[in-house]
This record gives sequence, structure tokens and C-alpha cells, in this order.
Amino acid sequence: MYKLILAARYLYKRRIAYFAVLAVALCVFIVVVVMTVMTGLVRDFKQKNHLFAGDCVVGTESLVGFVYYEDFIKMLEQEDIIEGVSPVIKSYALVSPEGTERNVGVEIMGVEPVSFSRATGFGQSLYHHRDDVSKAFEPAYDPNLAGCVIGIDLVLSRDAKGRYSYDAGPTGLSLAISCFPLNSKGALAKAGAGLVNTKTFHYSDNSHSGLARVDGSLIYLPFDEAQMLCGMDGPSKRANAIHIKFKPDVKLQAGCERVASLWQSFSQGKADQGLADLLQKVTVQSWKDYRRAFIAAMEKEQTMMTVMFALVGITTVFIVFVVSYMIISHKSKDIGILKSIGVSNANVMLLFLVFSFFVGLLGSAIGVLAGWRFLVHINEIEGWLYDKFGFQPLWDRTIYAIGDIPNIIDLKVLCVIILSAIAACLAGALLPCGLAAKQRPIETLQVSQL
Amino acid sequence: MMEIDKGDFILKAEGVYKSYRMGATEVEVLKGVDFGVKKGEFVSIVGASGSGKSTLLHILGALDRPDKGVVAYMGRDLSRYGGGELNRFRNKMVGFVFQFYHLLDELSVLENVYLPTMVSKGVLGWFGCRRRARNRAKELLKQLGLGERAGHKPYQLSGGERQRVAIGRALMNEPSVLLADEPTGNLDSATGDGILEAFGTLNRAGQTIVMVSHDERVAQRAGHTVILADGKIRRA
Repeated sequence: MYKLILAARYLYKRRIAYFAVLAVALCVFIVVVVMTVMTGLVRDFKQKNHLFAGDCVVGTESLVGFVYYEDFIKMLEQEDIIEGVSPVIKSYALVSPEGTERNVGVEIMGVEPVSFSRATGFGQSLYHHRDDVSKAFEPAYDPNLAGCVIGIDLVLSRDAKGRYSYDAGPTGLSLAISCFPLNSKGALAKAGAGLVNTKTFHYSDNSHSGLARVDGSLIYLPFDEAQMLCGMDGPSKRANAIHIKFKPDVKLQAGCERVASLWQSFSQGKADQGLADLLQKVTVQSWKDYRRAFIAAMEKEQTMMTVMFALVGITTVFIVFVVSYMIISHKSKDIGILKSIGVSNANVMLLFLVFSFFVGLLGSAIGVLAGWRFLVHINEIEGWLYDKFGFQPLWDRTIYAIGDIPNIIDLKVLCVIILSAIAACLAGALLPCGLAAKQRPIETLQVSQL
Repeated sequence: MMEIDKGDFILKAEGVYKSYRMGATEVEVLKGVDFGVKKGEFVSIVGASGSGKSTLLHILGALDRPDKGVVAYMGRDLSRYGGGELNRFRNKMVGFVFQFYHLLDELSVLENVYLPTMVSKGVLGWFGCRRRARNRAKELLKQLGLGERAGHKPYQLSGGERQRVAIGRALMNEPSVLLADEPTGNLDSATGDGILEAFGTLNRAGQTIVMVSHDERVAQRAGHTVILADGKIRRA
């Protein structure tokens, strides 16, 4: 009990302890804010990628695609674990806004809007047809025209606060989209005969996935039209991927393993049929693996941030070390007194460790509270800075596809930060506490020491 | 190992040697000290400054270890005590009173007095005996004339008052022996007399006291006096 009382009084009475508490609070504040923003960005980015890809993707990177996809989709649809499944054509195209001679290279995805919306977040990404995705490819001004859904950053610009001006939408925009159709062997299907398939599509909607690369370079086309443009129609129809969504109670890994097993038996069953070699290049991936190239970069940044803040933690350890050392130096008389009334070395050490624990606990509490208050208002503060000084400290919203600064504190991360701060304080105090425990009472109580 | 004659000594030192290193030279402070105190005695040890009085007192109270020789409490060699036993010995069997009071500034007068009891208990044990300990501490302060000062901090007290608080702390766990190191050395004559008066009263009530002083006038207030000179004890 005396350890708690004395440690609390040392903390309360010694002004230097306030500096240790403030140092811990400052470190915790910075780590809470940065980790919350960084974790929020990564979480947000993963969620957007998850929505974009669905749960599982059966597909090939080859532009030739693979055959018998319809048979496999029928097989999947009989499975209890499947919520939605949709075939997709993926390729590259040249786009020329009608009336201009300008060409832009883009990615195209041919999708069936209804089934694709069941398998992915496509429907939620639309602006005009969110409530009726079946009409996603019907331009409002003439539903009979072939429509296309354009990545939002290709048609609209963001203002400084990251908002799109939908009123300035490109109504009536038509695009001539040209693809190089490939035959099942990967050769140009129309070699010597004009090479490209071209068709004009009319802007029917935009898609805002929140992924910069998708929104800035992807155009969705009706599945059949894209299949035709890419030369994948004909007697042996081909697709590049099948996007799958599992029922909510299905675990991702279990679902993917089930699909992989189905695909293995399906491809083995088709082994002796024509173009079966195209099935060999098909892989079954969870959305995390499918989007790994993009997610990994963000995760790496997050890891680097964590490492950098571990270095900040080392500074805290050093500050607590110095403060503990100073306090223990000033309290050598107390150590002598305590030992003269029967306090053991271990309890002397524990007393100052309790003091350091209090420093860590109080510093963490102040840091967390300040961090929480700051995060609650972080977007307001950023808005105020921009309105008042034209200063946008984090991201230029006209360039980056990031909306509000993420500010939802992850309780797990918070617990780790608090425990780390306390551990850092204890680590910093360990050596001075050990020295305190070793002090001999007769030396500390000598007149010359007073 | 030297045999200890149990006799009726509470605390006994036989053939105690102690030296300190001061720079390159070894200073031999105690050169075979034989000393004992019986239950109920009030013994003072006098000697010149640097004669080793405080060193002997520290060795008797297990704050320090002799280089050679035996110190026994109730016939049992202190060198055979384990770490925990030595802590209990310092907590319960002896009570120290220092020249410079040595009170904890962060604690109130009352807390300083009951600190030895708090130290001997865990958190739960302390809650079990807290009321009793507080009452005893208040009673001691009352006996020492500090009943009204219980809530004050040490820095709010005079030197004499602080020393009486230190006496209260030393007596808190009803130790067998009170070890006082120049208890009046930092006080004026009148205040010092008050402290010696308090020691006299305690001794008359049965408290065993060993007091160290360089002042023979102070030492004479004890029941009997021994002189420490040239590292050895001589009867006064």
C-alpha cells in the first residue's frame, strides 16, 4: 500500500515528473492520431478493394481469357455458399471522344450489371442508377443507345474539398471504343483486316469506387458488347474472370478453398475438350490476393509508420529513464529510510516501477484523451485551415481520391498504444529502479549525503 | 564460527571489525568491538567524531554487516538471517532514530509514524489493520506531545517535533530495541533535553535503548555509558 501512496505522491509533488507525463502524453497523442489516420486509410482502402473485387475471383491475367465459364457459373450457382457470381471481360482499349481525334488508352470491363452488382459493390459505385442497376448501361436521354459507365475521374473533377460537381456531368458524351480482338491462341483475330473492333458508346453513368486507379482509367461496358469487341464471342465464348460473393456466414478462406476445389474438378472434367489448355492458366484467388499488388503497398507504408513510431517510443523510454534517474537520485534519502524500516530491495525497485507505471498510465490517458478530441475534430480543423489560410495539410483533394480524413479510433490499436507506452515507461525506469534497489542505506543516510 | 553466549542480552556484538576504503587507504574503524545490551537497559555509546559509533549502531541494527565478528539478536547470529528475515528484523525488532530525523517529506506526520506497520503488510493486510495502526500512531503522537500535529507535513514542524515524530515511527511496531544515532545532535539544548526526557520515560516503561552520542553530558542521561575509542569499547 505504501508503494502506491508514495509513488502517487512522488508523481504529484515532483514537478519533473510532470515533464515525463507530458512527454509520454505527447508521444501517445502523436501515435494515436497518426496510427488512427493510417489504419483508417488502410482499412478504407481494403474495403474499397473488397467491394471492387467481390470475395473471390476465378480468372486469368491473359487477355485471351478462358472458355466454359458459363458451365462453371452454373456449377457455382448450385452451391449453398454463393451469394452472387458474375462473368467479366477485362481488356484494354483506345477511347476517342466523338468529334475529336484524340485517343486515350483505358482499361475496359465488360459486366452484366445485375449479377455483377450482386457479386461486387459495382451498383453502390453508380451515381444515377444506384437504385436500378439493370439500367446502368441505358443513357438517360436515349435508353436504346449502347451505354457505358465511366470511371468518375475520367469525366468529373474534384474540388479542393474532394467533392465532385455532378451537375457538370458529361450528358450526351459519346465515346468510340476500339479494342484489338484476340483469338483463342492469343493472336490478333482480325490480322490483315482492319485489326480493331470499334463501337460507339454513350455515357450513361459514372462509377465512383474510391480507388484512384479504377476511377481514373476504367470504363464499364455491357458484357456482350465487350465480349464482341475483344473477340471473345463466337462458338466458344470466353471471359477473363468470374467474380464471386459468398453468403455472409461463409468464411473467406473456406469459401475460396471450396471454389478452388470445384474449379479443380471442373477443369479436370473438361481436360479432353477443345481449348482446355486455356483453363490451366486460371487461378482462384481471394480478393486480398487478387488485389495484393495494391494493398501490399499500403500495408508496407503502415508497417514503416509503425517502425518509425517505435523509434518515437525509444525517445519516450529515454525521457522516462532520465526523469526516473533524476527522481531516484533526489530520493536516495527516502530509499535509505525505507530500508531502515525493513523495506526489501525488491520493494524499493517496485516502488519506483509503480511510479513509472503511473507516469505511463497518466501520460497515456492524457495522450489518448487529447488524441481522441483532436481526431473528433480533425476534419473540421482541416476545413478551417483551408477556409482560413487555403492550407490543406494532408492531401490535395483535387489530386488524391481521399475524402474525409479517417478518424475512427480502433480500440485494439488504442490498447496496443497504451500498453506500449506503459511498457516503454517501465523499460525506461528499469535501470534507475535497479540502481535504487542496490543503494545501501548507510550510504544514503550518511550526513555527507544530505 | 564464534559461539554466542546467550545470557540475557537482547543484542550482542562480539569481536566486530569494520573497515572502509577511503581512496587508496583502508581505514579500520572497529577493531574487535564487544558490546551487549540487556532487556530494559538504556545504554549510551560515546566517542569522538569518526570513532565508529554510528557504524557500530548500523551494524547492531543490521543496516550494515561487519567484516568480522558476530552480532546476535536474542542469541541468534544475524549473519544467518535471510534477506526477508533481516527486513523483518529491521521492521519489527529494532527502531531507528537518526540525527537528522529522516522523515519522508511526501507523507504527513501520522503517515510517517504508521509507515513501518504499512510496510510490513500487503494491500489487503493493511486494510485489515489500518484502523488499529492509525489509532496506535495517534496514541504515540499524543504521548509525544504531537497530538495536534498528525495532519501536518514534516517541513511544517520544528526540529524537536520532527525528532519526536521519528521516535514515534521507531516505536510504532513496538521494537525490542530502540537505536538512536545522535538524537539530539541537531537540536538546541532545551529541545534536546526534551528528547532525552522522552527516552527516559520510555526506558522507565521498559523500552531497551542504545543511544550514540559524542556529547558526554547527553550520554550521562542513559543508565550506563560505554566509550568507543581506538575502535574498541571501554567501560566509562
